[in-house]
Amino acid sequence: MLPERPITPSTLSRKDLPWQIKWDINTCTKCGRCTSVCPVNAIELGVFRKRDVRPPMGLNAKPTTEFSTYYGIRQRTDPAYACIGCAMCNMVCPNNAIEPNRQYDSTTLEFQNNRGGQPRTRGGRRNNSESLLDQIKFIRISMLTDPALDAGRHEFDVRTLLGRVLSPEAEIKCYRENGWKPPVREIYPLVIGGMSFGALSPNMWEGLQMGVAYLNEEMNMPVRMCTGEGGCPPRLLRSRFLKYVILQIASGYFGWDEIIHAIPEMKEDPCAIEIKYGQGAKPGDGGLLMWYKVNKLIAAIRGVPKGVSLPSPPTHQTKYSIEEAVAKMIQSMSMAWGFRVPVYPKISASSTSLAVLNNLVRNPYAAGLAIDGEDGGTGAAYNVSMNHMGHPIASNLRDCYKALCVAGAQNEIPLIAGGGIGKHGNLAANAAALIMLGASMVQIGKYVMQAGAGCLGSEKDRCNVCNIGVCPKGITSQDPRVYRRLDPEKVAERVVDFYLSFDTELRKVFAPLGRSTSLPVGMSDALGISDKDAADRLDIKYVI
Amino acid sequence: MCRLFALTSRDPVSPMRAIDALNVMKEGHDGSGVGLFLSGLGGPWEELKEYPILSGIFTDEGLSRMSDYMTKNGFQPKYSATFTPDVEPPAGTPRRGAYASIAFKIPDGWKGMAEEQVSQNLVRMRLGLRAMGEESGDIMVFSFWPDTIMIKEVGDPLAMADYLKLDREELQARHILAQGRQNTNYAINLYACHPFFIEGISTMTNGENTAFVPIREYLMSRGVTGYQGYQSDSEVFTHIAHYTTKRLRLDISAYKHVITPMNDDEMRDHPDREFLSDLKRACRKLIIDGPNCVIGCLPDGSMFMAQDRKKFRPGVVGGNPELGIYGFSSEICGLNAAIPDRDRTKDFQPMHLDTAIVGPDCREVLQCSQKDPLRPQL
Ligand code: SF4
Ligand code: SF4
Repeated sequence: MLPERPITPSTLSRKDLPWQIKWDINTCTKCGRCTSVCPVNAIELGVFRKRDVRPPMGLNAKPTTEFSTYYGIRQRTDPAYACIGCAMCNMVCPNNAIEPNRQYDSTTLEFQNNRGGQPRTRGGRRNNSESLLDQIKFIRISMLTDPALDAGRHEFDVRTLLGRVLSPEAEIKCYRENGWKPPVREIYPLVIGGMSFGALSPNMWEGLQMGVAYLNEEMNMPVRMCTGEGGCPPRLLRSRFLKYVILQIASGYFGWDEIIHAIPEMKEDPCAIEIKYGQGAKPGDGGLLMWYKVNKLIAAIRGVPKGVSLPSPPTHQTKYSIEEAVAKMIQSMSMAWGFRVPVYPKISASSTSLAVLNNLVRNPYAAGLAIDGEDGGTGAAYNVSMNHMGHPIASNLRDCYKALCVAGAQNEIPLIAGGGIGKHGNLAANAAALIMLGASMVQIGKYVMQAGAGCLGSEKDRCNVCNIGVCPKGITSQDPRVYRRLDPEKVAERVVDFYLSFDTELRKVFAPLGRSTSLPVGMSDALGISDKDAADRLDIKYVI
Repeated sequence: MCRLFALTSRDPVSPMRAIDALNVMKEGHDGSGVGLFLSGLGGPWEELKEYPILSGIFTDEGLSRMSDYMTKNGFQPKYSATFTPDVEPPAGTPRRGAYASIAFKIPDGWKGMAEEQVSQNLVRMRLGLRAMGEESGDIMVFSFWPDTIMIKEVGDPLAMADYLKLDREELQARHILAQGRQNTNYAINLYACHPFFIEGISTMTNGENTAFVPIREYLMSRGVTGYQGYQSDSEVFTHIAHYTTKRLRLDISAYKHVITPMNDDEMRDHPDREFLSDLKRACRKLIIDGPNCVIGCLPDGSMFMAQDRKKFRPGVVGGNPELGIYGFSSEICGLNAAIPDRDRTKDFQPMHLDTAIVGPDCREVLQCSQKDPLRPQL
């Protein structure tokens, strides 16, 4: 710090920062761990000088001045180094001598974090803690004519279908004429959504894959995980575990060479192919993998030079219009695997979702539609996209489901809903609500990071440095010094834990509704909400 | 829970036999309503097998509006069995007017029309009349089909039988479905009263259909004339039976594969596993999530019973092949009352994989299990 502190329009005081470090001189042992672990260098070791004036007794002697120096922790006020409230410093402190405190009235940083004319980019989720899904109640409980089911002892069939399901008439015709049947997978309705190998650290990715494999092979839960854009490690492509994986191809086509080349050597077909057109947290943008995270391995898998930012263009020269692109890509991806693998697009929830859906209904190869609502998370995006763009998932999904009902195709094109499920930890309730609003399955990303790996991000702008490769938990970093903090075995264990508890909670919701043999997709009569407008919009019951 | 009783017999019998059985099972229903489906009619109707019969309830004004409508469509009344009660209705039952069953002569223009077309037109006319009546409440129609009469009313079955003189000779029938009503989750409405009917297929149910809304939405989107209304959560069972047999052209023994498909383990070594798992996928929206017992009658007069695995107390089928009479009852006491002289050891309680079918010849109970190979016509 300068001996003379200049005061310019952009100088901030500690008070201006949303997170302020409270440091206790009396319990600090000066071990230095906090400063070394801080992901954004918000704190530094400081040398403080203190002047002590000592007036002696009596009137003759003059007062003396003593100077002492001591060492302590200083919080930096430069916006580039503002504390993000991750509390890693506290986690490593032996004495709890340091911790961040949130100051809700300190908003000045919001006007300052665009230095150099660069708008802020960050990872994480929308900074809004409201959740409509949490307000929905399940109101249809069997009471009169039959007792509720026993969630603990009754047999439940919690499976869903991914893939184009023929109508009963077409199915019978196809059977009689021995025609072509679109591939359909029977899977668990909670899918781990696309988080790419570039966005996540290798340890995180490995942990997730291990968890998924364990759930499938030991727990008999056909859980699937999507890779996200950016390809897939070559060994996984050639392993038998590929069948638990949904391969994603996105606007940038990153990593697809690797996948295409591996096709002849694949022992198993992937579960499905997801074509990403949009993502709920940054609609209208392609992927954004910033240079910090493009290390040698990632560069090799994606087929790009190391250390360059990889913004995927939202569009590509092969895409002329969504209709054409969807049709072409679905066709060519299906063809690549001999029409044995379901192919479906993923779009951001928006007022144009219906247009895409209508298009898919008429495409016999389309295997589903994934819709990602505004509350979805992301590895990196502009603050403005994340906070202000996109459509809430509930009403968008409802519109799409109702459109399918009108077309008579509600069993034929599965809708996969995502974006804000389990935002406040209510994973099963949120998922069940979306299923009853019409989703055949739901996908989660942020929740997996939070529950599976202890991600610190919140809807109050905590942490959110996923984009710059310094993730304090080692989840979204490509730096081995950081990601070795994360033990893949432990991630796998946590993934299994939360899937099993989700399964129990889901049964606890379905059992009193009397549903056990088929997923209550579209069972909207079971839902109620105390907001009249929301009830009207979603066409569910208004209850107060 | 509602009480169900169905009779199928070689010779026409009085519906009172079914009503009496309901009365024996009275503990289970609260007497809030009764519904009757009669086909294979005896008495004066024997000669009129070809003529569609309109059954419903009409006020005086409704009667004239109905006959205008029928005339406009080229239909001539051929025979009518109208009954207007002259006594005060039992407490709780409104005075509605004439309970009519009128056989009509099909217009000449319809001759030579494909059977399917005729069926659809009859359904359309029934719906037209129903819509006319829904505005003012003066017309209520429950069926318009050859050799079929339906009667529905609010009140205790026995009191209703007395009030509507159900022991009339003109109501004798070979196939009878009768339901004693337990109050439902929905408002009391005559159209919500079982049995339900569409194109010769009638079913009735007791239980609770938790999958009602998704199934209703699915059926309504199938584009089939007549899939509408849905005043009761089990009206959909009738339409699924119709959809399975008429649209998909599957045998009634496949009905259970649609509403309650087997799970993976049960299906594992089934000879038709491939077809059945595809059917399960395609008809996933039609899976009922019970508990329900369904009893129904098909256009050829065969009667069936099926239930899902959540049904704690299954219904029972039993009868006497010599006398040519079989009963389908939700409780054994009802069957005992209606057909006492039968070999009780031959009574059959279809469990969660079974469908019990009695053909129009009333000779035996055919027991189909979902584990059996499918019938050849598939
Ligand atoms: S809370 Fe996190 S960012 Fe803030 S000082 Fe501590 S370690 Fe650094
Ligand atoms: S803990 Fe890591 S993944 Fe979670 S918000 Fe912080 S930087 Fe992002």
